[in-house]
Amino acid sequence: MRYVDEFRDPDLITKASDEIRRLANPSRHYRIMEVCGGHTHAIYRFGLKDILPENIELIHGPGCPVCVLPMGRIDDGLAIAKAPNRIFTAFGDMMRVPGAHGSPLEDKARGTDVRIVYSPADALEIARKNPEKEVMFFAIGFETTAPSTALTLMSAMSQGIDNFSVFCNHVTIVPAIRAILDSPDMRLDGFIGPGHVSTVIGCRPNQWIASVEGKPVVTSGFEPLDLLQSIVMLLRQLDAGEAKVENQYKRVVPWEGNRAALKVMAEVFELRPYFEWRGLGFISQSALRIREKYAAWDAERRYSVPETRVADPKSAQCGEVLKGVLKPAQCKLFGKECTPEHPIGALMVSSEGSCAAFYNYEYRKSQLTSISAMA
Amino acid sequence: MCLAIPGRIVELISGPNEVGVVEVTGVRRKVQLGLLADDMPVVGDWVLIHVGFAMSKISERDAAEQMHLLSMLGETEQAMEEVRGYGLGERASDDIGHHEAPTRPN
Amino acid sequence: MRFKDTQIEMSHGAGGKASRKLVEGLFAPLLLTDAAQMLSDAARVEMGGTAIAFTTDSFVVRPLRFPGGSIGELAVNGTVNDLAVSGAKASAMVVTFILEEGLASTVLEAEVRAMSAALKRAGVSMVGGDTKVVERGKADGMYITTAGIGIPMRGVHVDARTVRPGDKILISGPFGDHGITILLARQDLDLEADLVSDTRSVLPMVEAIAAEAATGIRWMRDPTRGGVATALNELARDCGLAVELNEEEIPIHDAVRGACELLGLDPLHIANEGQFLAVVSAEYADAALNAVRMTDGGDEAQIIGQIREQPAGAVVVNTRYRGTRIVEMLVGDPLPRIC
Ligand code: SF4
Repeated sequence: MRYVDEFRDPDLITKASDEIRRLANPSRHYRIMEVCGGHTHAIYRFGLKDILPENIELIHGPGCPVCVLPMGRIDDGLAIAKAPNRIFTAFGDMMRVPGAHGSPLEDKARGTDVRIVYSPADALEIARKNPEKEVMFFAIGFETTAPSTALTLMSAMSQGIDNFSVFCNHVTIVPAIRAILDSPDMRLDGFIGPGHVSTVIGCRPNQWIASVEGKPVVTSGFEPLDLLQSIVMLLRQLDAGEAKVENQYKRVVPWEGNRAALKVMAEVFELRPYFEWRGLGFISQSALRIREKYAAWDAERRYSVPETRVADPKSAQCGEVLKGVLKPAQCKLFGKECTPEHPIGALMVSSEGSCAAFYNYEYRKSQLTSISAMA
Repeated sequence: MCLAIPGRIVELISGPNEVGVVEVTGVRRKVQLGLLADDMPVVGDWVLIHVGFAMSKISERDAAEQMHLLSMLGETEQAMEEVRGYGLGERASDDIGHHEAPTRPN
Repeated sequence: MRFKDTQIEMSHGAGGKASRKLVEGLFAPLLLTDAAQMLSDAARVEMGGTAIAFTTDSFVVRPLRFPGGSIGELAVNGTVNDLAVSGAKASAMVVTFILEEGLASTVLEAEVRAMSAALKRAGVSMVGGDTKVVERGKADGMYITTAGIGIPMRGVHVDARTVRPGDKILISGPFGDHGITILLARQDLDLEADLVSDTRSVLPMVEAIAAEAATGIRWMRDPTRGGVATALNELARDCGLAVELNEEEIPIHDAVRGACELLGLDPLHIANEGQFLAVVSAEYADAALNAVRMTDGGDEAQIIGQIREQPAGAVVVNTRYRGTRIVEMLVGDPLPRIC
């Protein structure tokens, strides 16, 4: 696979990890946050932790749109879909995510017409093919995904497909990073910056992290060599006492982002004054809603929304883990009440969530080793 | 977040929407090209695909440059080691001071 | 553990954790006389002093026909394969058809012909059957259940508890073709690829190993629903050892890889219908591999890993980059993801 395999080259990976070992100051402990859930996933999938020196600690960031979605939104979406003649469509990622009254898949078993789509355009296609039904797309995602939803809504309008609507949960990444950096117990040395989000928004929105907060940011790709190279770039900046925004992922991310995508987004969406993030609480100007012009396709305007609020149990320490203050395994519920099959907190819900990723790839490894070592 | 993957445009489809067919190692799918309206791809271009939409064109030049940088890792360092052998270029970080190690157990 | 889920969901039939919970928490305790039977694909029963292997399997697949196969062919091969990987050669089979009112006779006939061809290829006789028709809308065209008996192959003992550290893990060929073919054939995802299902009888390959390395065989399984990951996790659990795979040696077709990268799926979780996994003692590993490779359709067989002592009970993949990762059993159906 072009543009994939060469960035998984084992020899170069050895080279890059040697370089990291050489650059990392042994008397120093580095705390680097990878913003995207995709980075987290890749770090575990490729076993990158095993090849990094111990004094480089990777903290998993807030970049998993499934994890940060408040439970009540799922209940709201499913409540709308329950009425006769409606079809609930969403990405596969959402299907097993529990609301207070169950997940989309559980509702499917109870009779709701729930369908998995790979693209918002596919959801629109379902609406076109089923004119007697009302089709709702449960939209999630950061700025990477929002333009696709926007373009789909524009198509719905221009083609006059009226039996289609979007339940919009799109969020923006920068306010979340800000919320994390604002937290007083935060200690980070640098950021592996959002990758695919930056194809849309570009690298500039991260500038303040470097200039105001004084932390280096490297916009990074998702292959093993991308991540290792980004760590090399961060270490070099830290070594030189610098804090700038650099772009490791140039082959995909233009510095200014994608103007056409930003235009489409601005046409359809506006900022919400505030939005709740699971684990982080309410963050102002951190999410998108559909503009008045597209009200007819906005599920929140079209249907009555119960506005369910579900509080996570107090013992869930997702916020601390999200901010990197606690490691997943340090949460009291981790691996006991809270597991990928029975997620209690946000971060256990999607395989991208830091608790789930840690549980699936790391925790069992350590747990199994210690059990068999004891035996 | 945001699973996206490179694919090659193998066909452009005319119609009201900008649509093309991309191929990812033998798998083909229709993708929307509307988000690349400023710089429409042509057959043979590589694009990054996310949820059935092409998000950006992949730059062959930047990819090659990155590979070059990666292959140079360590080598430039060797050259620097040699320079250091002459007692020049001390590492800039030495006067920055080290960050405290975290107090929390890891 | 008692089965406590409040309702049946698709995941209970997906072959992963939920299925296992259902079987172990409800079916086995109430229905099975010998819990050890649960560990293999076919049961061993003594009848009048002779041992026979006995199994059953149901087939529900949408669409009924897909590139490389159809439900009728699956229904025969599936039971032949379950018997084969338990170390038995299928000899007789019975079938039940559940047909949906309104099903075109031509469709039914095509499937019966497909079954007949598959029976001939596997050298099995069909000795009986039953038909039920349900109202329109109550079935996806047709469901087929087959049950079969087989005669144990001489010298072959399939038992996870005999697996030892150092044993080798063999796979008969590239995996994921069937599951991805079906996923694409449903057309919900609007993906196309030149892929065909791998549905076939694995009996000739199993017989080849049995002829060359019978005493070396410890365990076999056909990794259908839940994929290679689920089959090997069950092995790891049943033998109390670690299953270690070497990523570099895992055979996968490009199109399967492409589809998995695109949809965010793990090929190890994708269903197969014409492959089998075998654990063979180290000294017989080469002989077993050669035997499979010499058999028709076995040329892409590989040794993909080995049994280790630790981490006990887990499946570990050595990545190409000196890293390792744990591979879990599938939870529910594999769902495409965008995150
Ligand atoms: S273990 Fe569960 S409750 Fe605790 S932080 Fe992780 S997701 Fe939240």
